[in-house]
Amino acid sequence: MTLAATAAHLAPDTTAAAGSHGLLVTTAAESHGFLSPTGVEIAFLLVGLVTFGAAIVTVTTKQLVHAALWLVVTLGGLAVEYLLLTAEFIAWVQVLIYVGSVVVLLLFGLMLTKAPIGRSPDADSGNRWAALTVAVAAAGALVWVVVDAFRTTWIDLDGPAAGSTEATGASLFQNWVLPFEALSVLLLAALVGAIVLSRKTKAETSSPHVNSRAATGGSPSVPDSRNHPIGRNEPTEGTASAEGTASVQGTASAEGTTSAEQEGAR
Amino acid sequence: MNDALDVALRLLIVFVVFLTFPLIIGQTEHKVMAHMQGRLGPMYAGGFHGWAQLVADGVKFAQKEDIVPAGADRRIFQLAPAVALLPYLLVLLAIPIGPGEGAVGEVVDAGVFFVLAVMGVGVLGSLMAGWASANKFSLLGGLRTAAQLLAYELPMLLTAASVAMAAGTVSIPGILDAFEWWWLPWQIVGAIVFFVAGLAELQRPPFDMPVADSEIIFGAYTEYTGLRFALFLLAEYAGIVVLCGLTTVLFLGGWHGPWGADGLGWVWTLLKAAILAFLVIWLRVTYPRLREDQLQKLSWTLLVPLSLAQIALTGIVKVVIQ
Repeated sequence: MTLAATAAHLAPDTTAAAGSHGLLVTTAAESHGFLSPTGVEIAFLLVGLVTFGAAIVTVTTKQLVHAALWLVVTLGGLAVEYLLLTAEFIAWVQVLIYVGSVVVLLLFGLMLTKAPIGRSPDADSGNRWAALTVAVAAAGALVWVVVDAFRTTWIDLDGPAAGSTEATGASLFQNWVLPFEALSVLLLAALVGAIVLSRKTKAETSSPHVNSRAATGGSPSVPDSRNHPIGRNEPTEGTASAEGTASVQGTASAEGTTSAEQEGAR
Repeated sequence: MNDALDVALRLLIVFVVFLTFPLIIGQTEHKVMAHMQGRLGPMYAGGFHGWAQLVADGVKFAQKEDIVPAGADRRIFQLAPAVALLPYLLVLLAIPIGPGEGAVGEVVDAGVFFVLAVMGVGVLGSLMAGWASANKFSLLGGLRTAAQLLAYELPMLLTAASVAMAAGTVSIPGILDAFEWWWLPWQIVGAIVFFVAGLAELQRPPFDMPVADSEIIFGAYTEYTGLRFALFLLAEYAGIVVLCGLTTVLFLGGWHGPWGADGLGWVWTLLKAAILAFLVIWLRVTYPRLREDQLQKLSWTLLVPLSLAQIALTGIVKVVIQ
């Protein structure tokens, strides 16, 4: 999301310094109109509708894993939107981070904890109206800010790509270096927090057999590893995976798979 | 008109490569494995040294009944093979085989990111298959797949970033244009890490925990039969083509060679990729399967530090030579 936010900020910034960056963002409303859309604009709208629909299905479907898979469609649709806006680099990063890693992590967490085939009625939250209110308010605020900021801004799609890797990199490390670094500190804090959380619960739960198994590699004969992985519901995986940072994922997954491997080798 | 024809021709060529190269590698694997084990391998299908064995296999797969287990999530179960296979087709588009714009399916500005991003999506297919099969062994296979991807995606990305740093661009043809022969010793650690991590991402031996047949039958693909099973197998071999091609163009200089770079660049690319593919087969015959904890340990305690060291080395050399 950080890169996405940067991309959103990229346009107004370059309007001020269009000459120095070589980015062509025209503010001429006379040559563009809402009533005579070009092919790209129509495609943008259609992909946007698909993305919106997939997002709604993601939060309303009663099947947990289906929700995660619809999330893939949603995030992929966003990547296509970035592509249509010539922000190629950001589109691929979107696919790499969100579709390739975050959703895989999500599915991993679901499979480790609770992933029944079919509907799971108990997955419904009682807070749905509060959640809807917050979601609508957040969406309203975002749409208002974006519309207000970019009202008369048009990206010239025929000119040099305004979102190429070079342009994005230059903008990120020349104009937006401070937010970029601040975000990396935020990620570091999340990482440390996740490590602390997983350490704590490790001491509480009965994990010594997992460790001894990993260290010695002897034949697994632990009786309490006999329950099905679907039934396993440890809070550790959920908390750690919610952080969404790469190396934390590894810590959590290394733990999870060692115990899963006992199941398999049995 | 000419542009459309050009694009169509390129897509057609990439598609043909996508359909034939995995079969060639599969047949080579049959033969190489057989000879390494003191056997002959397939000898009858097609006449000459059993060259048509995989075609016959394909015909057999197509004739089999397509079964979906009663308890499975039908639509996702059926969709999974396509999700596993298609990303590799897309990646092939971005791998240049020779110098110039004419020798690549599609020039992608952020090519390195494109190939790694799309390759990561392929694993979703295995996850979907593992979950939707309604089978414990499949689920375990899916879990192992996910754990493996999470562990090995990072070193792969880091080493690719190292090459991008060295070349000063993330476009694959750009990296090849900037390539010099002394990059080979400079980036050798990165090359090995990239190749090993790629093998793990493809779930090839010795990293085939997710499909460990003596433990969990065939992992996520246990319930599949017929054409859908064949598509998963095709995805594995297409993955070998993609991995060898990527290692070639990122680390081994692609079409650069001691001589004949003008007209014969594509021969160099194919030759290097073929040697790497042979290495992949060789490793399968040579090494026993890693245990899951060994597998995680290898990535987090060896490959990640090595790739970080490679990035540091790349940065230092880059600053010194400027």
